[in-house]
Amino acid sequence: MSHISPILWQFLIKWLTNFQLYPPEASKIAPQMDALYFFMVLVSLVGLTIVILLITSFSILYSRNRHPVAVQIEGSTLLEATWTIIPLGLFLIMFVWGSLLYFRIYTPPANAMNIYVVGKQWMWKAEHPGGQHEINSLHVPTGRAVQLTLISQDVFHSFSIPAFRVKREAIPGRYTSVWFEATTPGTYHLFCTQYCGTNHSAMIGDIVVLTPDDFKKWLDSSTSGMSLAQNGERLFASLSCNACHNGRPDSRGPSLANVYGSKLALAGGGTATADEAYLRESILNPSQHVTEGYAPIMPTYQGQISEDGVISLVEYIKNLNSNYRVEQTLNTTDLLPEGAPSPGKAAPAAAPAATPGGKGMVKP
Amino acid sequence: MSSTLVLLPDQATARIPKVNYLTKENGILSWLLTGDHKRIAMLYLVSITFFFFIGGALAGLIRLELLTPQADLMANDTYNKVFSMHGIIMIFLFLVPSVPATIGNFVIPIMVGAKDLALPKINLLSWYLYVAGGCLVLWTMMNGGVDTGWTFTTPLSTHYLNTNVLSTGIAVFIAGFSSIFTGLNFIVTIHKMRAPGMTWFRLPLFVWSNYAASILMVLGTPVLAITLVLVALERTMGIGVFDPTKGGDPLLFQHLFWFYSHPAVYIMILPGMGVISEVISTFSRKRVFGYTAVAFSSVAIAVFGFFVWEHHMFIMGVSNYSTLVFSLLTMLVAVPSAIKIFNWTFTLYKGSITFETPMLYAFGFMGLFTIGGLTGVFLGSTGTDIHLTETYFIVAHFHFVMVGGMLMAFLSGIHFWWPKMTGRMYPEKISQLAALITFIGFNLTFFPQFILGTLGMPRRYASYPPEFQILNVFSTAGATVLGVGYLLPILYLTWSLKYGEIAGNNPWQATGLEWQTQSPPLTENFVETPIMDHEAYDYEWLEKQMAKEVTSVG
Amino acid sequence: MSDSPAIIHDAPEADAHRAHPAWQRHHFETVEQQADTTNFAMWLFLLTEIMFFGGLFTAYLIFRNWYYPAFVAGSHQLNIWWGTANTGVLIVSSFTMAMGVWCAETRKKNGLVLCLILTFILGLGFLGIKTIEYSEKIEKHHVPGFHYSLQSFLDPASDPKIYKEYHDKPLGRDMAVHTELYFSLYFAMTGMHALHMIIGIAILSVMIFRARAGAYTTGHVTFVENFGLYWHFVDIVWIFLFPLLYLISRHANP
Repeated sequence: MSHISPILWQFLIKWLTNFQLYPPEASKIAPQMDALYFFMVLVSLVGLTIVILLITSFSILYSRNRHPVAVQIEGSTLLEATWTIIPLGLFLIMFVWGSLLYFRIYTPPANAMNIYVVGKQWMWKAEHPGGQHEINSLHVPTGRAVQLTLISQDVFHSFSIPAFRVKREAIPGRYTSVWFEATTPGTYHLFCTQYCGTNHSAMIGDIVVLTPDDFKKWLDSSTSGMSLAQNGERLFASLSCNACHNGRPDSRGPSLANVYGSKLALAGGGTATADEAYLRESILNPSQHVTEGYAPIMPTYQGQISEDGVISLVEYIKNLNSNYRVEQTLNTTDLLPEGAPSPGKAAPAAAPAATPGGKGMVKP
Repeated sequence: MSSTLVLLPDQATARIPKVNYLTKENGILSWLLTGDHKRIAMLYLVSITFFFFIGGALAGLIRLELLTPQADLMANDTYNKVFSMHGIIMIFLFLVPSVPATIGNFVIPIMVGAKDLALPKINLLSWYLYVAGGCLVLWTMMNGGVDTGWTFTTPLSTHYLNTNVLSTGIAVFIAGFSSIFTGLNFIVTIHKMRAPGMTWFRLPLFVWSNYAASILMVLGTPVLAITLVLVALERTMGIGVFDPTKGGDPLLFQHLFWFYSHPAVYIMILPGMGVISEVISTFSRKRVFGYTAVAFSSVAIAVFGFFVWEHHMFIMGVSNYSTLVFSLLTMLVAVPSAIKIFNWTFTLYKGSITFETPMLYAFGFMGLFTIGGLTGVFLGSTGTDIHLTETYFIVAHFHFVMVGGMLMAFLSGIHFWWPKMTGRMYPEKISQLAALITFIGFNLTFFPQFILGTLGMPRRYASYPPEFQILNVFSTAGATVLGVGYLLPILYLTWSLKYGEIAGNNPWQATGLEWQTQSPPLTENFVETPIMDHEAYDYEWLEKQMAKEVTSVG
Repeated sequence: MSDSPAIIHDAPEADAHRAHPAWQRHHFETVEQQADTTNFAMWLFLLTEIMFFGGLFTAYLIFRNWYYPAFVAGSHQLNIWWGTANTGVLIVSSFTMAMGVWCAETRKKNGLVLCLILTFILGLGFLGIKTIEYSEKIEKHHVPGFHYSLQSFLDPASDPKIYKEYHDKPLGRDMAVHTELYFSLYFAMTGMHALHMIIGIAILSVMIFRARAGAYTTGHVTFVENFGLYWHFVDIVWIFLFPLLYLISRHANP
């Protein structure tokens, strides 16, 4: 061993002891994905070995020295069929298996705990429903389905947790989601994997997996005041959403209690399910999401509310099951402009132009 | 029996033919205003080699940075520019024109029995457009480069970067039209200018591959062009097509961009596959096994290649059901490539094989393309794609098919047709050494990247967690070896221009009309239009032909 | 597929340089091959142009589907009479171009020159009408990115001429901003089309001079024929643009 320089030796030891071919399996889906991956590796190895063996043996057996005269062969339909059908069959197995995995990863279960993640140049902000905010890290419990609802504030980013085998693009303008169930406590890599500018390589962090008890302790110790829903309630009142969405029989907007997850009939025909994406869109592009029986008078809040604000509102509406507190906040603010006609459900057809700051907004 | 099939004329008395396309006219204008497809091919060869080495130097910088986990060699912004320019130059200025514009331009008219391509002036225009695009890229580099990545992802490229996005977009737009006109020329030539007796199924498979690639060039590249126009308008005027705050959709850019850029990869690989068909046939002395299957598989790849673009977007929030369609089609497009590999392998069966340099590169292609292609299936399956996409697995995959595949095929073709293009042989021993060095360097560079990708290391990262360092060091070490492997051909091929052995008409004893002409060929290729009366790869016809020549010499 | 020409060569000792018209390029065997080849090349080029415009049409159809009211309102801002006039101008110019090709084929030099000049003038007329339309848009601040104004869509009554015809309802602000997208595509599509017209008119002007010198009426008609194909293609693109931009929302309400 004296022949090998100490630096090289250290290098070798470090490599041999830390050698891994694949990341730790820390989620329920990870071993399932690894199974398909290793099947593919096996098929590739077998395929490659066959090709290399054939090439090598033909090269030796039929080298010019050994086999001076070539035999002209046109082809063989049987062989063509064989090496068409067998690869096709193997690829189709991988297609079906992979698609099943894909649907599994991108179809969150109904009881998943939802955490919002906002990506921006160059950091990740995770927002737990209880109001805990994290930057470049994400604490999750084991044994619980966790859904991430992602959005970007600027360019494309991609939220990647190799140890969980999940990854999802965070896109400006719409929510995307992915779910997982962590199985092993520990700290794992979080990467941004979609090139997003100068500090793309610095947009990394830690996924901290805790046992359910430790997770509860962490939640309790790191709450920063309001939960997302509470913040949403505050925004709901300050942006005067309650002026129209207050559950009164004569309100100008539909009641939002228990609206999350329900099927809505839209003005102009069609139906929609009120999921997170629909709620977000209704706030930012209301004229395309008018419920049947209501006039298209809701102003857009595009530019007046950040993605974090929208998330808070969405969380608030998701948890809203009665208009009791909405009523209460209504009574404490003077919202209806003087001399306005008594609000009816369906305003007359020639409604005046919906300029921002129209009726319903808080007077300065 | 010797273990080489090279048959050279007696070197003591042999001479390069005095009248050939190189000596026909002199002076720089005769080159810059030429209509001769062979001269244009040589112009392209010089230009793409120039850009290859710039792209290669940028690759060297990337690998140097990645020796250490920290971003310590250059600023993050600089690194971003380095990998962006590396991708743009290698793809648009090297890989896309490599085989078609150099070897294809030179050889296809002769292979079909024509005196030139159908539209020689358009051919020259193609080269000028290429040079214009290339010059604009060079200017961009000197003006500070661009850091969008070669994929120009919006809204990053339209709203969040202040580098030279516009000039790069224009450069790629111009180079794209170079590609369109080359493809257009090939399609028209192959349809309308075949010699009498040259039916479609007597064409060499090189022609079939380039025909398929030309269809892709002609139909796909215009979509890239209009996408770049929209990016330019969005960036300069804020029209909003890709901007979610104005109702636009950044995913629309992705669809439009990948609609071209996926067929682009088949534009890059199909001509290389054509080279492999020619080389394997010649150095086994055998007709390619399953000619019809190989010919149709080229067209199948071209057709299917248009319908798989969404596999670059599986994790971008597209409809889950759409991924079913595109994943299935991706599996289908993988099959014709597998068919080709097996057909080439079985061409070796009962052949009479020698191992000159083009054949060594062809063997390298077959092994490395198999790995690259199979890893493509890993990515085409949506479940594994979630984990592997946007990591070094992707980088390894496309370098295996493009460098281990396409670049090896290009080198194979350059060595194969070098005697025809220059009249001289390259030195065999050193070229075989270079092929071996390239193969070893390539595997050392890119195989560790598969593991890095599986471990989760993202692509386009200047810094990375320390546990990934060892594999990155291997990769950089391999890159050094690879660099040597690519430098050697420049040196010995240039050397051979003056000192190489005189090749004669047909040093490889190959079939194909180009080997029946002198080396280098006449400007008009043929003294009289040939009449094709035998099948492609007809070695029996060749034997009779050569016997006639031998007996007719005094 | 056997579309290679059937040419039987004489024995090698025969005259190496067979007689051929002056305009035959030497890499072609016959003028027929040359004409056939260049014609095929032009058709192929037009196919690439279809793919080029295709991206814009795709974007237009997608966004029209998403933002229907905004696209209807935007479409109502276009003047149907200028659009119809332009359609008429282009169709007549295609006719004069076709007549020009016939004149070249039947070797009527003066007829050819007249037809080319008429096509040229009609092409300029098209561009003139387009200029009028564009300047209207500039006046009303409907050019995306240049002080774009939502006034006409938030308050349609402020635009009496158009309001009289369509009686559009005002759009909510969030839908009104999408009209900028409509105009972006309008300018991109008609602008790209106008660019192709300008290129065509430039080539026409050169052709007029060469036609007067008799270059196209000695039997070498391929340039005129192939240019005719190009001109008809530019006409056909407009035949698609006109309904999609002007006609489609005539009876629709946002």
